[in-house]
Amino acid sequence: MSDDSPSRPSAGTTIPLPVPTPDNAGFWEACRHHELRLQYCARCGAVRHPPRPTCPQCVSFDFEWRRASGRGIVYTFTIVHGPTLAAFQASAPYNVVVIQLVEGPFFVSNLVGCSADRITVGMPVEVVFEDVSDTVTLPKFRPAVA
Amino acid sequence: MTSIRDRAAIIGIGQTEFSKQIGKTEHRVACEAIAGAIADAGLTPKDIDGIVRYDIETNTELAILYSLGIPHLRFFAGVTSGGGAVCGTLVLAAMAVATGQATNVVCFRARNRGKGSVSGSGKFGGGRPWEKTAALLTDAYQYHIPFGLVTPAQEMAMIYRRHMHEYGTTTEHFGMVAVTQRAHAARNPHAVMRQPITLGDHQRSRWIAEPLRLLDCCLETDGACAVVVTAAERARDAPRRPAYILAGAQAEGPIHIQLADYFEHRREATGGRAVAAQLYAMAGVTPGDIDAAMFYDHFSPAVLLSLEDYGFCAPGESGPFVVDGNIAWPSGRLPVNTHGGSLSEAFIHGYNHILEGVRQIRGTSACQVRDAELVLVTSSNTDPTGAVILRR
Repeated sequence: MSDDSPSRPSAGTTIPLPVPTPDNAGFWEACRHHELRLQYCARCGAVRHPPRPTCPQCVSFDFEWRRASGRGIVYTFTIVHGPTLAAFQASAPYNVVVIQLVEGPFFVSNLVGCSADRITVGMPVEVVFEDVSDTVTLPKFRPAVA
Repeated sequence: MTSIRDRAAIIGIGQTEFSKQIGKTEHRVACEAIAGAIADAGLTPKDIDGIVRYDIETNTELAILYSLGIPHLRFFAGVTSGGGAVCGTLVLAAMAVATGQATNVVCFRARNRGKGSVSGSGKFGGGRPWEKTAALLTDAYQYHIPFGLVTPAQEMAMIYRRHMHEYGTTTEHFGMVAVTQRAHAARNPHAVMRQPITLGDHQRSRWIAEPLRLLDCCLETDGACAVVVTAAERARDAPRRPAYILAGAQAEGPIHIQLADYFEHRREATGGRAVAAQLYAMAGVTPGDIDAAMFYDHFSPAVLLSLEDYGFCAPGESGPFVVDGNIAWPSGRLPVNTHGGSLSEAFIHGYNHILEGVRQIRGTSACQVRDAELVLVTSSNTDPTGAVILRR
């Protein structure tokens, strides 16, 4: 398995964070500027997420980043009680949601500003940004303002 | 066209005791299970010339060779994944013995999963792999672990919540799977958990990741299981009744447990359905012909989804199917996980399900299905996956 190296430090009590690669830097860098971007095929126009080097529709390597609406719905969710990673256990119970954006792609994220008993499949949400370190910003979601 | 249909058989099975902390190394438990399987087949290590393992298995072929005195191998392979690997090992072994690339192939899984157990090294060397999550994420995990979606229970909870939303499945339906399998385990001397439970016990057990409760989750077990696979024509000489591999199939589709890319596709595109179609076509049988099923059950609702994907009931009807007693031994239409499964016997990454399938064919299960002739065994029903049909 790719990440079975014993030399890599484990997360412990810090939240594990993404390290952008040449394939996805456009996504994470936009998040730092509080902008949600999606990857589109420059040949056939298909949207895809997570980012990857090729279009699964036409196998083109040419792509562009476009600003996304940031709007979607809750497709499914869980309320995590634990056990979970030490970095998250103090926050339990916490929600994790799968968001379907109006553009189509799905996102794993958290719903902020919403208690667990108010989360329902299908509820409309919109993106907000959470700066979690000097270099990383995570896209999160909140109930959409009607 | 050539095929593995009926070309190979399991002639030996071996296992360790199953416990929460076995006090032995992962290497030792692997050797115990494999030595047991070889002896059960009436063979010696000198007769073994093939090994198939999970690719995340910490016991290498070389380590097994050294410790058991196997002279040399002609065939060795690893199947991708953990729970997705289970039956794929038998598919590869069957291909090897059917084509003469090997004569007698050992397939196994060894895993010390308990807290404080003696484990191997590396992320997959026993224990909980997710507890060894790296601080910096360069792979697809970066799209969900930073949001606190870390464990298999949390990932699978997403899938089951969606099933509840689409079909009206309830946590009581999950609970009846757990209750039924515990009743099976109560008769099984190997089972770690033998105390019967009620639906009330299930509903009162603590949340792990809603909608999953503690009693929906598999055990965390130390132990190992192994089998010996040989060509069908040689199997007739084995000391015990062979379990012929009537059909076997693998599939890799887009519905991995890892959620980052999961929902680009409907769950119905999962490998389980592709495997089922291949399997029944190769075997020339239908779901109605199957006498018992050993479904991979890291979580109780996995059994519900497998009942649907393998054609025992229509999508959305698995909950009522279970509540009506259809998976219970001895009276149900399709007794499921008659050893107690991963929920109650042991979590050996699904390999104990293969052993129970063989016992059903041999007629030696503690919950023996009368005159069982065809037994379905499946790998974890996300992607990758696989399954076999064993026949008497």
